[in-house]
Amino acid sequence: MKLITAIIKPFKLDDVREALSDMGVSGITMTEVKGFGRQKGHTELYRGAEYVVDFLPKAKIEVAVPDLLVEQALQAIAKAANTGKIGDGKIFVTNLEQVIRIRTGETGDEAL
Amino acid sequence: MKSLLSIFVLSAFASHAFADAVTPTVNKGDTAWVMVATILVILMVIPGLALFYGGMVRVKNMLSVLMQVFVIFALIAVLWALYGYSIAFTEGNAFFGGFSKVFLKGITPDSMAATFSKGVYIPEYIYVAFQLTFATITPALIIGAFAERVKFSAILLFTVLWFTFSYLPIAHMVWYWAGPDAYTDAKAGEAALATAGFLFQKGALDFAGGAVVHINAGVAGLVGCLLVGKRIGYGKEFLTPHSVTMTMIGASLLWVGWFGFNVGSNLEANGLAALVFVNTLLAAAAATLSWTVAEWIIRGKPSMLGAASGAIAGLVAITPACGWSGPMGSILLGLLSGGVCFWSVTILKAKLKYDDSLDAFGVHGIGGIIGALGTAVVASPALGGTGVWDYVTNSVAEYSMMTQMISQLWSVVIAIVWSGAVSFAAFKLVDVLIGLRVSEEDERLGLDTTEHGETAYNL
Repeated sequence: MKLITAIIKPFKLDDVREALSDMGVSGITMTEVKGFGRQKGHTELYRGAEYVVDFLPKAKIEVAVPDLLVEQALQAIAKAANTGKIGDGKIFVTNLEQVIRIRTGETGDEAL
Repeated sequence: MKSLLSIFVLSAFASHAFADAVTPTVNKGDTAWVMVATILVILMVIPGLALFYGGMVRVKNMLSVLMQVFVIFALIAVLWALYGYSIAFTEGNAFFGGFSKVFLKGITPDSMAATFSKGVYIPEYIYVAFQLTFATITPALIIGAFAERVKFSAILLFTVLWFTFSYLPIAHMVWYWAGPDAYTDAKAGEAALATAGFLFQKGALDFAGGAVVHINAGVAGLVGCLLVGKRIGYGKEFLTPHSVTMTMIGASLLWVGWFGFNVGSNLEANGLAALVFVNTLLAAAAATLSWTVAEWIIRGKPSMLGAASGAIAGLVAITPACGWSGPMGSILLGLLSGGVCFWSVTILKAKLKYDDSLDAFGVHGIGGIIGALGTAVVASPALGGTGVWDYVTNSVAEYSMMTQMISQLWSVVIAIVWSGAVSFAAFKLVDVLIGLRVSEEDERLGLDTTEHGETAYNL
């Protein structure tokens, strides 16, 4: 099992959710986050004061998938979140040791 | 044509009759207008100015600004009735009025206050209320200079001191006069003028408060922010407006309310009032444009905060001039004020490195000075102005721009020096008695929770 964490542009969230649903991923967790990579921020001017805003709003999604579906899920996210412009985000994949469904007590792939 | 002619003859006859025996009467139309104007000026303070300022502070200080403006309004309203009106608007010496109307003593529903036409009066009670609103907005303007870091108690004590020793005498110096009916002939006119305020005697023109309200408040703000010091994190951390939307709403309410401020100052609903209306409208529009264009060219983007600030800069500058300027003079004054005030808050402030949080000096002080001096130019009949009325000859007096400029300089210099000195002394006294500034921890947490025990938005 793997945990896929993707940082994407907020307006791409719906596309990514749809792409993942289509391939059978049934649960996603989403958080509104701020950050920057190569895109950098922008400048805001208020009368005499100039502020460089480094951290831009992004959406962070977390998806747990069985090993079999990892490649497919990564492609789905990468395709759906792509605009070709700087700031599209990144995907991180980490090993997932255990999953438990709280209601039934199921564990492992069954709980996904 | 015939009926027109007869009106001419009648009015000529009427004015001739007036010259002989003036019967003072209260005009119901004028009274109704000044009542409405008074309400409009209240709208400028609460919520107009409160929202204009409140939107520009960080979210943790929103309520502190609203509260300061709201309570200053209430506090000065009461002080005005107790002694303010008497010191500003009764005969005394050239600098302070007397105590004959403390507690509004002797004023009845039948008491009358003079307007700017012979024989035309309004009830004194509404004049008291109208002038009250001017007294309330002036100290409320000051708090913008040191927003986000001063104790509520310190602000209230300073307000009482400054209102008593700066607002009241300057209002008396500029605006107190015996009224037009006292100017029956040259000799009576001279005698009447001798009882007027110091700057009135100097011939300074200040229709709705360029010196009394804006220079006065702007200078107090500058002194305050210099003595209090910069906000923690100034120049390093984000001290950004929490809601430019609120600021836009506030600026728009100020713009609307300003028609009460300027047009109401005419005290009569007549043709001159209509000219003041047009002047106020055009100067604000012109300054909005000039600030926006200047910002667009110099900073790359035209901002909403800039447009709102420009409108206020234009309104400030036309305030002293609105009763004597022509419409084109108003546009000129507005264009100039928008550009210069933009320069003062973006370039001058950055160079001199003082933290006038909401630009009380940069907009009101600088705009007020431009307006006060500009009045001498735009009032000139040669440039489409109305000139200055001579109540002895009942005609427009001969106009000299140079003489008028010197009169205007008097009002600017006196307002700067007087308000500067009183503010310095008052801030120092308050600092010794209760301390001006909140603790560093309170400033970090924000004044809303630490000073007022509440939060602006519980979303």
